[in-house]
Amino acid sequence: MTSTSNAQLVDQYGLTSVSQTAPLSEYLRDTWKRIDFIKELANARSTQQYSDSFLGRLWQLVTPLLNAAIYFLIFGVLLGTRKGIDNFPAFLVAGVFAFNFMQTTITASANCIPKNDRLIKAIHFPKLVLPLATAVNQVQQYFISLIVLMIVAVATGEPLTWMWLALPVALLLQFGFISGISLIVARWGARSRDITQLLPFFLRTWRYASGVFFSIAIFTSKFPGWIGKSLKYNPGAVYIDLIRDSLMVSIHTDLKIWIAGVVWAIVFLIVGLVYFYRGERTYV
Amino acid sequence: MSKPTVVIDDVHIHYRVVLGAGIGSAAGALRSLVSGKKPSQVVKKVHAVRGVSMVAYEGDVVGLVGRNGSGKSSLLRSIAGLQKPSQGDVYTSSQASLLGVGAALNKSITGNRNITLGGLAMGMTRDEIEELRPSIIDFADIGEFIDMPMGTYSSGMQARLRFAIAAARQHEILLVDEALSTGDTEFRRRSQAKIRELAADAGTVFLVAHGHNMIREVCNRAVWMDKGIIRLQGDTQEVLDAYEADMEDKKKS
Repeated sequence: MTSTSNAQLVDQYGLTSVSQTAPLSEYLRDTWKRIDFIKELANARSTQQYSDSFLGRLWQLVTPLLNAAIYFLIFGVLLGTRKGIDNFPAFLVAGVFAFNFMQTTITASANCIPKNDRLIKAIHFPKLVLPLATAVNQVQQYFISLIVLMIVAVATGEPLTWMWLALPVALLLQFGFISGISLIVARWGARSRDITQLLPFFLRTWRYASGVFFSIAIFTSKFPGWIGKSLKYNPGAVYIDLIRDSLMVSIHTDLKIWIAGVVWAIVFLIVGLVYFYRGERTYV
Repeated sequence: MSKPTVVIDDVHIHYRVVLGAGIGSAAGALRSLVSGKKPSQVVKKVHAVRGVSMVAYEGDVVGLVGRNGSGKSSLLRSIAGLQKPSQGDVYTSSQASLLGVGAALNKSITGNRNITLGGLAMGMTRDEIEELRPSIIDFADIGEFIDMPMGTYSSGMQARLRFAIAAARQHEILLVDEALSTGDTEFRRRSQAKIRELAADAGTVFLVAHGHNMIREVCNRAVWMDKGIIRLQGDTQEVLDAYEADMEDKKKS
């Protein structure tokens, strides 16, 4: 059997190479067809996460509350970063929940390809399914945190205003951005496990730079130059700011920040999708 | 002549086996980092398949035989696109599927939810799954355990459910690794009957089986693999006779 006769058969009968990746548009369509699989994977994971604990999925509610309480104690009461902020509890809870969502999603994405190694070796499917299922799983948990956040906001005296309708928009933009960055990290994580060692340091630095427990606006008044700007426009700070702007009357976010939120979301989503797609063959 | 469905063109498969990178001491790792030399003998390359070419046609049921480590399973995975050949390529008329869905299932959720999860993993729609659910439950034969988390099952019950889900769907190009049909004797008999049924309905089948009876019974062609190459291929009877004679010789020597 020579290669030439093989090539003839392949041509004549229109066979396709198994190692060839579909074009991006088709790849995205194939992934979309797997939407039910993505949801079911995410659901199974949620069940698994809490299946061994007595309180079960109640932890999804308790964990964010405990987190908020600790941060309030340290930064609100002990360190007094609340200076100049009306309604510090709502301000803090919004920051902590919004950032934690980004942090856990990125961390989980870095592991999503190696963790599903057996699945990848057993069944053929667009690997984009895996980071997306991870993101859906995190978003489900985030929604519970957001309900807690809204209760905290109302309980601490925030009135229900028309601005609350901007919250879904802010969240959608945040999801777009975080999906994009997760796809980039997922490809890195597939190539080398070293990334999981480095991520915590990067994420901690990013947390401090994003105004989770202090006001970037007040802080940057001391740094008018590029330092202040890069703090203000860093995506972490931007999305936290947009969420606070939606729920809190005392926060007035510049339109420029909303525009930055749109730009970051679109840019990262496109770059992330293309970058992850290009690595498709390397995940096998 | 019937239509070719799988063309395997000079396929080589290498595995990188990492022998304890990072397990060594931190000092050793630092030394190799400073000296710029890669730590020696950490990564070993295994040449599992060494240039295999063959064509399978519609209606073919191809039996793969050979000793453990002869490259049968690697070849099967490369046909399914689950193992990238390091050289050569595989061409198919449609996506080939490896019979087996165990890796997609989750022990924390119930058998019933696993049927949904496994079906979706294989690319079925929710409607198709609902249509097949009764027959899957029936075949798995695990009674009321179907509504309990899969982690509570005995290993035999898990194997039965895994097989029942995997075998629920029809495939144009089906790849079967017989190691799948585990469980007690009774279930092994039923699962082998099911594999035969699937093979009869599929366009093209590749079957790795250790029991030669099964291959003699269902395969019209056989391929004998030895150390990553095809030692002999052709008529099932001829190939199996030659392979068995060779095994006898090795036993004696």
